[in-house]
Amino acid sequence: MTAILVVLVHLAFALAITPVLIGVMRTVRARLEGRSGGGIGQPWRDVLKLLAKEPLRAPGSTPVLSAAPVLLMASSLVLSALVPLVSTLALPSVPGDLFVVVSVLLLGTVALALLGLESGTAFGGMGSSRHMVIAALVEPTVLLSIYAISGPVGSSVLSVIVAARSADPASLLNPVSLLAIVALVVVVIAETGRLPVDNPSTHLELTMVHEAMILESGGRDLGWLEFGSWLRLTALLGLVANLAVPFGVAPDASLVGLLVGVATGAVKLLLAGALLAAVEVFLAKLRLFRVPELLAGSFVLAFLSVSAAYLVF
Amino acid sequence: MNLVDAGLFAQLCLAAAAILLAVFAPVGHRNLAAGIGVAALGVVGAATGVTALLGVQGAGLRVPLALPGFDAIDPLTLAPDRLGGFFLAIVGVVVAVAAVFGIGYAHGPVASRTGWTAFAAFALGMQLVPSAGDALTFLLAWELMAGGSTVLLLADHAAREPVRRATLWYAVMTHLSFLLLVAGFGVVIAASGGTTWSRIAATSINEPLASGAFLLLIAGFATKAGLVPVHIWLPRAHPEAPSHVSAAMSAAMVKMGVYGVLLVVLRLLPMGPRWWAIVLVVVGAASALYGILQAAVQSDLKRLLAYSTTENIGLIVTAIGVGLLLRDSGQTGAGDVAMLAALLLAVSHAAFKTVLFLGAGAVLHATGERDLDLLGGLAARMPWTASAFGVGALSAAALPVTSGFVAEWALLQALVHANSQVDRLIAVVLPITMGVVALTIGLGLLTFVKAFGIGFLARPRTPAAADAHEVGPTMRAALVFGAVVVVGLGLVPGPLAEALATAVNAGGVGTVGATGLALGGFGVLLHPLALTLLTGAVLVPLVAVNFAIARRAPRRDVDLTWGCGGERTSPRMEYNATSYSEPLVRVFRGSLRASRSVDVVRADGAPLLVEEMAFTQETVDVIEDRLYLPAARGVRRFGDFARKLQNGSIHRYIGFSFAALVLVLLWVAR
Repeated sequence: MTAILVVLVHLAFALAITPVLIGVMRTVRARLEGRSGGGIGQPWRDVLKLLAKEPLRAPGSTPVLSAAPVLLMASSLVLSALVPLVSTLALPSVPGDLFVVVSVLLLGTVALALLGLESGTAFGGMGSSRHMVIAALVEPTVLLSIYAISGPVGSSVLSVIVAARSADPASLLNPVSLLAIVALVVVVIAETGRLPVDNPSTHLELTMVHEAMILESGGRDLGWLEFGSWLRLTALLGLVANLAVPFGVAPDASLVGLLVGVATGAVKLLLAGALLAAVEVFLAKLRLFRVPELLAGSFVLAFLSVSAAYLVF
Repeated sequence: MNLVDAGLFAQLCLAAAAILLAVFAPVGHRNLAAGIGVAALGVVGAATGVTALLGVQGAGLRVPLALPGFDAIDPLTLAPDRLGGFFLAIVGVVVAVAAVFGIGYAHGPVASRTGWTAFAAFALGMQLVPSAGDALTFLLAWELMAGGSTVLLLADHAAREPVRRATLWYAVMTHLSFLLLVAGFGVVIAASGGTTWSRIAATSINEPLASGAFLLLIAGFATKAGLVPVHIWLPRAHPEAPSHVSAAMSAAMVKMGVYGVLLVVLRLLPMGPRWWAIVLVVVGAASALYGILQAAVQSDLKRLLAYSTTENIGLIVTAIGVGLLLRDSGQTGAGDVAMLAALLLAVSHAAFKTVLFLGAGAVLHATGERDLDLLGGLAARMPWTASAFGVGALSAAALPVTSGFVAEWALLQALVHANSQVDRLIAVVLPITMGVVALTIGLGLLTFVKAFGIGFLARPRTPAAADAHEVGPTMRAALVFGAVVVVGLGLVPGPLAEALATAVNAGGVGTVGATGLALGGFGVLLHPLALTLLTGAVLVPLVAVNFAIARRAPRRDVDLTWGCGGERTSPRMEYNATSYSEPLVRVFRGSLRASRSVDVVRADGAPLLVEEMAFTQETVDVIEDRLYLPAARGVRRFGDFARKLQNGSIHRYIGFSFAALVLVLLWVAR
């Protein structure tokens, strides 16, 4: 029962903080670039506007057109429910096992890629192809870096890992953990389409990945797609933040614990987002065929982290 | 006579009945009659297999043998153990589904008397291989299986030239496999003095002999299983075979290679040295990675599926290798889970590959095309096929809630929970295996998004695809049944896993909450039903909100949503399978080679004006190119040389005789 409460808190937290996170990131970026920006509430207003508008349908479209945006949104919501954002109390029958979490994430990825192909336009296919290549190459890093940090804990359940790390702060600074966290940051950047892998605010034809897939969508379809993608960022960024700095995450479902968890979670998430946005200002997008080098680099970090685990313990 | 024995006997009778039906049924009803006969054979096989898997041991069917000059020969025996029962069950279900599909699908030479007779013989051979209790029966059944499948593969040879070449490759490789097996079994039989599995298992064979037998047998089984570098018959034979036969070959026959590997390492030659496990891990991981890389860049749908079979079998063999390695280093818990993962991968692959090949067959039936570059838009025209193929593709990509996800989850759990700090070898092997499995999963995702998205979504790329129609009721029934099995195994993995664990002596595997899978050894559990409920709980309000908004702002139909800002785009401007995998060809240009050609037709008198342009790309199987073609060239060169000796001139032959005579005289007079 309390676990269901925690899931509800996670969902509410993710839904509430996501527009704020995106707003903060955009504002930080705008200020650093010398613009005033749309304000922290702008993403929220954007989504509400999009959701109220009618979507379009071309002849020959399939149910994928309307199902994919909702599926992406559902995948992101389940992801936020399973990742220990606020509390490490997990559902007993769905404990947020690493591989389950990754596969839920991949379901969203696949929904998006199929949507890109659905319209049958060149841009959609191009975005979908690039998106899947990046997703495929990220996969080894994801599993190996979590393997590295799950090894010492002896469990692949994310909430158990986060709890163990907060109980043993010394383990946060050993090379195993640091290398794995760096590798995971690259993963988050690649999976959520941030610079230097993809530019979330570009509409420049040849560099688009995420934008190319959703070009043909409009109205509430686009609203769900945008919000779903943002939620993914929240969940993944929150996960990395809680792995790197596991303090403040509630071990149970007590009121105080949850309040502290929500407060520290929000602070960590917004700081991480602001940091990411600030770094992005100084980065240019990589050429698509340089991206595999970045991902190979992150794989090497993850592998080093695993080897370090062998040397350290 | 108990249930298993009765089932075995019934299979022999049903195979004979199916052949009689195939031969004597009137032409108009032959498909139906023979199809039902073979399906019944499959169903009885499956039931027998399940009974044996649950631990019922029969006395076995025996045929005594007597040969002049030999005192005692073990009788031919049919007596499946739990492991054999498991594989018999897989084969039975696949055969039944493929036969039902064949009722609507088979036409032309495949629907002839020969075609259905060969199918019945092929099915019987596959069902007898895992039931065999001795090497001789095993090899006889193996040849029945090989012979039946070769005839089926050759069925359409008169109409299409590639069929003949594919059959040649297949016949050569399958006989290579047989010869290796005869040699391998010869070594163990000579060392143990008997042909039955129990006699061989009871003898401890000395080291150089045991390792020799291991290598021979594994090479033979790997050839059947389609592992790298002896996989090359798969991408040739699977596309050319009739689709229900490809399904049976890929989902069931190839599994016999896996059964063989398990038979060797678990039953006949247990307690082998450590490097045996490493051999399996290396071969398996190389196959998995190479197979999925090749699959990702194929545009022929059935060729793509064939390469993906190499990948899946590679994963299974990797899991077996990891299991052996971990058991050898004393980590029984993780080793057991890896072994269980191998069986789960096998059953899951059988389920989804049947659906995928039958789906490809339905597409071929409806459009006459299997090249993804010429398909598209089929989801709107063939909703049943598209849904079933989609479920199969989800499973092949190892996504929840399908059988593929459960199986790969178990494999990854075994890798994560193995203590890699035991020694240096394991500390290196496990992370690399993890990386390979992860990359395989990632590329598998890309491959099947491509297969489904390019083939079934988008707009039709050719008139054939635009005129596609949904297939008939038997084919639809087979597809839907397969898809239901895929989802069922994914939703309710617990009881199945518990039964499978007994087949490989794995402990600590249990059911949780009636359907979920619990690995008691490390206290982890997978509860797909609960995950589905959680997703449903999220999805219901989401869909409700979506509907509420949709009532106020309904979807509007337009000719073109945005369409790159152009007029209605021509289908030729769509992204196709070749362009979809282009980034991958670039990224892996070391191991994937594509030969491209651009043909430009220029205007008369104005060389700068291009009238027509054609681009073709073919991906090259590097192993075939570097290993087999040079070998084939060497054989041919030897043949050319031999032909020079034999030019038909009588003078030359007299000269040879004379030279031989002189040589003999010189040797005698020495």
